[in-house]
Amino acid sequence: MAAIEVRDLVKTFGETKAVRGISFSVEEGEFFGLLGPNGAGKTTTIRMMTGVLRPDSGSVSVLGMDMRKRSLEAKEKMGVIPEVGNVYPDLSGRENLELMARYYGLPRKLREDRAERTLKELGLAERGDDPVKKYSKGMRQRISIGCAMIHEPPLLFLDEPTEGLDVQSRRMILEKVKQLNKNGSTVVLTTHNIEEASRLCQRVCIINKGQVLVIDSPERLRATFEKVQSVEVSFDRKVDCSIFSSESCVAKAEEAGDKLRIYTSDPDLVIERIMAIKEEKGLRIISMATLGPTLEDVFVKLTEEKT
Amino acid sequence: MNYRIITKGVLVTARKDVRIYYRKAPVFIFGLILPTFLFFAFFVGRDLDVAKYFPGFLAMSLFFTASSVGPLIIPWEKQQGTFERLLTLPVNIPILVTGDTLAGAGFGLIISTIVLLFGAAFLPLTFPLATILALPVLFILGNICFAALGVLLSSPAGRVPANIMMLAALVRFPLIFISGIFIPLSELPPEARWITYFSPLTYLVDGLNAVMGQVNVFPIALDALVLSAFTAGFLVLASWTLQRKALKGL
Repeated sequence: MAAIEVRDLVKTFGETKAVRGISFSVEEGEFFGLLGPNGAGKTTTIRMMTGVLRPDSGSVSVLGMDMRKRSLEAKEKMGVIPEVGNVYPDLSGRENLELMARYYGLPRKLREDRAERTLKELGLAERGDDPVKKYSKGMRQRISIGCAMIHEPPLLFLDEPTEGLDVQSRRMILEKVKQLNKNGSTVVLTTHNIEEASRLCQRVCIINKGQVLVIDSPERLRATFEKVQSVEVSFDRKVDCSIFSSESCVAKAEEAGDKLRIYTSDPDLVIERIMAIKEEKGLRIISMATLGPTLEDVFVKLTEEKT
Repeated sequence: MNYRIITKGVLVTARKDVRIYYRKAPVFIFGLILPTFLFFAFFVGRDLDVAKYFPGFLAMSLFFTASSVGPLIIPWEKQQGTFERLLTLPVNIPILVTGDTLAGAGFGLIISTIVLLFGAAFLPLTFPLATILALPVLFILGNICFAALGVLLSSPAGRVPANIMMLAALVRFPLIFISGIFIPLSELPPEARWITYFSPLTYLVDGLNAVMGQVNVFPIALDALVLSAFTAGFLVLASWTLQRKALKGL
């Protein structure tokens, strides 16, 4: 059974069509990514999937429950980290966790045990009784994640969960989400951090302007766009990327830190040209590598092609 | 309809509101300090029959306290960024509205009970046996009704609590002047009385007048019925408005 079935979702705000007939399904236990540029309709889609917004038309079924008819029961089985999903600053971390556990109907003893355990897992055991208003942004976000997971839901929605976080908090949160997915929970992640999606998700759905562009595994998407390969090279001194721009075998050349990245459909020919230029200019190569297309390349290409 | 989830949602929401919002400054200012000042402004230094005006004052303090929590909750939640999380929990808008109303009613009930006990202890009040049983009914109905009014006032809100607190003051002040608090209903000329019929506070003042042996205009049962109708109307309207404005300010 699919954990989520989304069929022909449409949502309009005034004159703006935010979502224009999106359909996809997410399998049970899957780690599914929803990718798109800002304003693509990711958050609106996730809000309709989690019952925050009612679609104008179309349907959402969650764990076999129609969100129009059985949204309360469906919501009991979900954990959601909304885009704007803070916790209560007047309450302590522990009180926030216990409050959410109450909403999910956990009995008292279980509430207390889960809150204690979650605080430990999130590295907040010592600060658990401090009011959240005294926490750093990373600590608040950790509590926010804890609130969504306190009832160990079979389905988890994460809307940009690591946006603007420090490295330590980001790692901790992603580890916790991965662990939950490993234990059988279905996870839906919206992000514009393509590397994160590529590392975590079994399938990604790329949406733009309220429409699905493609749904596939990150690896297969890369393979589809094999022609978007690149050669990355660094020389012993600075070389302007424009010297490659006139080459017919080069699609695009750009600086990437102290390296040059040259996009091509024929890496062999580009390497030959690099060697020729090296001889011509008396350069030394520090490093050189051929790279397949990243998910970012796929994303950019798709969103460029279909706009 | 899943009554277990609905009941749990209402009670947990009310508990959350009690824990967080009872201690907020605007609740104290608009719920306690303001009616106290009004009382002093009206009664002190004037040769008034306090027992005659006490039902009106009690109704006014109940009205202010019960309707002081509701206007704060939704804009405060939106401002803090907690409202969207609430919407993702196993609750819906009517559950949130009912929970917020219950929290407001609880605050009003506590404070107005203290005022009543104070009045009963120190003022020459009489409670006719025939109507005394109506007192808890009117108290509970009045508190729920005005708490629901408070929630209704905040239902179209964005994320600035101060805007709604001002709007709430703009609505509440005129109501106390057209509800028979400062001029008893029975003393109003018939041509001026019709306007008081539009205020829910009128029916609480009238009911409390009956319970405390003062002159009432309507039967107590009618007062209770009209208060119930206003309550239902406020709850439905608040849910409908909030449903449409839920994402405003997010």
